Amino acid sequence: MEILFPVIAVSIIGLICGAGLSVASKFMAVEVDERIPKVRACLPGANCGACGFAGCDGYAAALVEDEDLPVNLCVPGGATAAKSIGDVLGRAAGDVEKMVAEVRCSGTCEATSVKMDYNGLPSCSAAKLLFGGTGLCVYGCIGLGDCAKVCPVNAIHIGGNLARVDTSVCIGCGKCAKTCPNGVIAIRPASAHMVVDCNNKQKGANTRKACKVGCIGCRLCERNCHNGAITVTDNLASIDYSKCDGCGKCIEVCKAGCLVALNIANAEVVNS
Amino acid sequence: MDFKGLLAIVMAAVLVNNYVLSQFLGICPFLGVSKKLDQATGMSIAVIFVMVLATAVTYPIQYFLLNPNNIAYLQTIVFILVIAALVQLVEIILKKYIPALHASLGVYLPLITTNCAVLGVCISNVDSYMTGAGFGASFVQALFNAFGSGLGFLLAMVLFAGVRSKVEKANPPECFKGMPITLISAAIVSVSFMGFAGLVDNLLG
Repeated sequence: MEILFPVIAVSIIGLICGAGLSVASKFMAVEVDERIPKVRACLPGANCGACGFAGCDGYAAALVEDEDLPVNLCVPGGATAAKSIGDVLGRAAGDVEKMVAEVRCSGTCEATSVKMDYNGLPSCSAAKLLFGGTGLCVYGCIGLGDCAKVCPVNAIHIGGNLARVDTSVCIGCGKCAKTCPNGVIAIRPASAHMVVDCNNKQKGANTRKACKVGCIGCRLCERNCHNGAITVTDNLASIDYSKCDGCGKCIEVCKAGCLVALNIANAEVVNS
Repeated sequence: MDFKGLLAIVMAAVLVNNYVLSQFLGICPFLGVSKKLDQATGMSIAVIFVMVLATAVTYPIQYFLLNPNNIAYLQTIVFILVIAALVQLVEIILKKYIPALHASLGVYLPLITTNCAVLGVCISNVDSYMTGAGFGASFVQALFNAFGSGLGFLLAMVLFAGVRSKVEKANPPECFKGMPITLISAAIVSVSFMGFAGLVDNLLG
């Protein structure tokens, strides 16, 4: 019967621990709002941070806590997520415009060239530290793929020293835009008709030297836009997507070829 | 208990008998959580906290319950049981009363529930400081040893997080990438700690 005492002793210790824990969990229970898991279920779970919170869990908790927080901040989830969250919380959903990333650079190997034989770390931010990057143009895409590394959905691929976004996969979270050391990547509405695929803010002559397809800031597009959607600031054209109707006039007059048509019926005609 | 003796205990635990680098306990979190410095620090602070607390609970159990009844062989199972329950209790308490601390430690607390470094500290405390000096004095020694062991864990984690961030950028050969180069660098860091052998005896002895 020597075994009895140890068995009883360990059992009692176990019982005390168990009882203590269950009492503690009862008395010190933190009440979790039951709506949080419901809201969380509406979100896509990519944890991309496009809403401005740490992840989907953070956004769901913030939504339940803060009555005034818009329900349509989730870019990947889009209108579907906003609507279902609105249903759970009893708030109006509002519209969500699908956003995608745009690499504002057309500097392929043919259009521009490199100024150094770079053998350092395969990272844009490291290359940027050396004379502003590997390319002749210090504003353009460095092409070492820092953006592709952070992309949660693998929408970015590097081809010809240039990052390109697969807009059908892109969820518009903006991680790449934050990572790019040159700020080449912008987030635009997926429905945009035109984009300026250049980020060079130098004067025209200097831009020309660096790249064949850079925006030289000639203002032809600005003058020819009948909606006033294009403005040229710092020698670089930019488009107000809300005003642009996709007439394609700007592409016809653009000498540099930095304007690119998207989403318009006669895109092929205009581009050629 | 003199100040010098306690200092010697803490220094020995941090540098000479470092749990990770000299005794090879707690290697799992050491390799797993040392990728980023802030995570490594968070984890280590949680470990310090749990080590001291676990010693404070298990030492009296050994002293007053196991030893007098000649059931010291139940040490391992009882300690694991008590430590696991303790960590859970700490988590519940933190969640309720200090949510900020819980948010920063939260992920690591369950991870160290049955961490062998924590159990190792409890057992080595019982082995080393269960002397005839009476409960009070030896208990304080054990607590300081636990605190020092936690500090040693922190030191190892912070050092290794730094080493690892360099190694990540060093672009090692393909066959060494990832775990192999991490284990090799861990071994080298561990070798560097051999230099501390005899330090405490000669400095404070």
